[in-house]
Amino acid sequence: MIAQRVALSLLILFAVSVVIFVGTEILPGDVAQNILGQTATPEALANLREKMGLNEPALSRYLSWLGGLLQGDLGVALTNGRDIAESLISRFGNTLFLAAVAAIMSVPLAIFLGLVAVRYRDRWPDKVISAATLTSISLPEFFIGYLLMLFFAVKFPAFPSVASVYDGMGFLARLHAVALPAFALTLVVLAHMMRMTRAAVLNVMESPFIETAELKGLSSFKVIYRHALPNAIAPIVNVVMLNMAYLIVGVVVIEVIFVYPGLGQYLVDHVAKRDVPVVQAAGLIFAVIFIGLNLIADITALLSNPRLRHPK
Amino acid sequence: MNNELKHLAGLTVSGQMDRRAFMGRAFALGATTALAGTLLGSQAKAATPQKGGTLKIAMSGGQSTDSLDPALASNETTFMVVKHFGDTLVEVAADGSLEMRLATAVEASEDAKVWTFTIREGVRFHNGDALSAADVVATLRRHAGDESQSGALGQLRAVETIEDQGGKVIVTLKEGNADLPYIMSDYHLAIQPRGGLDAPDAGVGTGPYKVVTADHGVRYTFEKFADYWDDTRGHADAIEMLIISDDTARVAALQSGQVHMVNRIPPKVAGLVERHPSITVHSAGGRSHYAFLMHCNTAPFDNNDLRLALKYAMDRQQMVDKILFGHGSLGNDMPINGAYPLFSDDIEQRMYDPEKAAAHFKASGHDGPVVLRTADTSFPGAIDAAQLFQQSAAAAGIQIEIKREPNDGYWSEVWNKQPFCTSYWGGRPTQDGMYSTAYLTSADWNDTRFFDDSFDAQLLQARSETDQTSRKAIYREMGVKVRDEGGLLCPMFANWVEGTTDKVEGWYDDPGQNMMNGFATIKCWLKA
Repeated sequence: MIAQRVALSLLILFAVSVVIFVGTEILPGDVAQNILGQTATPEALANLREKMGLNEPALSRYLSWLGGLLQGDLGVALTNGRDIAESLISRFGNTLFLAAVAAIMSVPLAIFLGLVAVRYRDRWPDKVISAATLTSISLPEFFIGYLLMLFFAVKFPAFPSVASVYDGMGFLARLHAVALPAFALTLVVLAHMMRMTRAAVLNVMESPFIETAELKGLSSFKVIYRHALPNAIAPIVNVVMLNMAYLIVGVVVIEVIFVYPGLGQYLVDHVAKRDVPVVQAAGLIFAVIFIGLNLIADITALLSNPRLRHPK
Repeated sequence: MNNELKHLAGLTVSGQMDRRAFMGRAFALGATTALAGTLLGSQAKAATPQKGGTLKIAMSGGQSTDSLDPALASNETTFMVVKHFGDTLVEVAADGSLEMRLATAVEASEDAKVWTFTIREGVRFHNGDALSAADVVATLRRHAGDESQSGALGQLRAVETIEDQGGKVIVTLKEGNADLPYIMSDYHLAIQPRGGLDAPDAGVGTGPYKVVTADHGVRYTFEKFADYWDDTRGHADAIEMLIISDDTARVAALQSGQVHMVNRIPPKVAGLVERHPSITVHSAGGRSHYAFLMHCNTAPFDNNDLRLALKYAMDRQQMVDKILFGHGSLGNDMPINGAYPLFSDDIEQRMYDPEKAAAHFKASGHDGPVVLRTADTSFPGAIDAAQLFQQSAAAAGIQIEIKREPNDGYWSEVWNKQPFCTSYWGGRPTQDGMYSTAYLTSADWNDTRFFDDSFDAQLLQARSETDQTSRKAIYREMGVKVRDEGGLLCPMFANWVEGTTDKVEGWYDDPGQNMMNGFATIKCWLKA
């Protein structure tokens, strides 16, 4: 069953690469035009196109890219001739680091707050948690970023407003640099996960076995985390994985505001310049992340459910 | 010495008054040229540069697709990066005069066709090689050659041959051009070892700073080149340049003291930023102008009455007040202003006149709305400007239909393609440069489709005319022609609005380009 899913995933990846290629092809203008911009003369354009191999038919460009990919060669960026794999790895590493810091802060916090909300259901802690997280998810992320910047960088300069990281930077220095973007991301993803935890656990709380647990005299918090939570884990893992995927592929706005050198900004720059090989490579990585995390969610759901784990 | 003069000199040096204006006022007060000049010099020297430190700057415009190849530099970040590691043969000083850099002398033949550049001796590249005329020739040939992908190619079309004759560089043109040295100041033409043919994007030149890291679209670091030939530049030991495209984030970096200087402060917030006690906002007038471009050969804009109607229907003062928040000056439907050499300031300023607009509109016989295409990328505030224009034109009975276009692809699909759209021009160092780039019949970027044989003839005549008075007179006529018959509706010239903290000294306003013509980090220094 898992092998079938992996094969399906590969097929989806192939389809994604075709869609990305066709999509970038039909956008107006090509990479040569976009590099030269207002300074483009017909001669310079022709020379640049020739050098970049843009005069080849689209199909043969796609096939040669696919051939390179199968041999593990992502090629070089058309715009500045840099090795794509090398740039991607360092950018992707940064993206993963920020996502990891944000996830380590937000996932336990969200689940904990969700459980607290269940425990004090419809009382003031539940209402405060719901109101606060819903407020933070309702604000656009750039605005949360600006607010954090205003208070923690300009008014009370505790953290840098520019999350500039580079090679050879120590772990703690890196952590300090990404503090504000990580806070911002935490605020953005918190509500979604917390609400889902609350809803899923509440759903289970209606079950007869919870009543049994209560009747045998367990403390209400123990009932929730020992008996209700494990039975509500599948939908929670699902929403956590969705948010993890968001933390990796969807944070371009936060990256721009905090000048964080992640994959999002890198992709946007290259789309604007129509640098097809880079867009292809970055698009594939994003697709792999999305498909991979969803796979993990499915497998966890499988493992957490004894009925699925031990089929009759 | 006269106190008023001293005050004026102080204003000029601190950048609140341009040099031309200072000279004019000084003459009015009875000073001689020599005295006025000396006065400026002594005020400027009052602050002695301090060496050392790491100067940090945040810039907009850089992208991860950028390259260190000077030929491909096209945004304000790469423009500035190239100036750190490279030098050009000559530069244009803030007052419009030529400053000798890697060339020590420039001579022209009578007809301005053959130009001889004497190359400076004792200059070294970052890789240790000595600069020779052969490097210069190879660099220029790379940009002017048949296989060139350079942004400077358009300007170098008139070049016939580039030769190295006994250590001098001889440039022969197809037709005379009195402004050739200005072309050589183009930032694309930074001299590279062996012309950069081996490794165009190596980032090696003769400039004051060596490239240490180049993480495109993110961060550049530079260290002082110990063997730099010119002591008067490159004061800081190291430069760190961060790319911050988001306006708010860039201004916040300046306010929180993480950087010492930023470019492009939005005019809207400039007043607020200035309230910060340690920040100075510089507003430098230059040649950059915002434009509404009409194609003179496409209906309905092929009718000069309609063009004039639209020109009179533009409330220019409102544009300067509401779009630029005062950080700019009125445009007069010609691409030239006082920041250009040989400008005639006696051409009448066109103002908002709904009655004249209505009369011309009626005479044009046009009926129905006029479609204007615009996008945010065409200039900051373009959409708002289009809407203001819609209102002021409506008062003259002219209906403007605004068509919003996506930013993405605007420069390849709308600009220079659609008959009426918003745009901007950064300007060129000379009037000849500006007119031959965008108003000559054969120009690739004749984005108003202004085809006029007598205008072309005048441009060529002025180009090889060496008498400055008659040259100025020709340029005046050309300017008036564009103003009254051309397709350019130019409501405003925009200032560069930039900021520095109180740790930075040595700033002066340069009309050339943004950030002191790209030299802010190289010519300013940090207070100890």
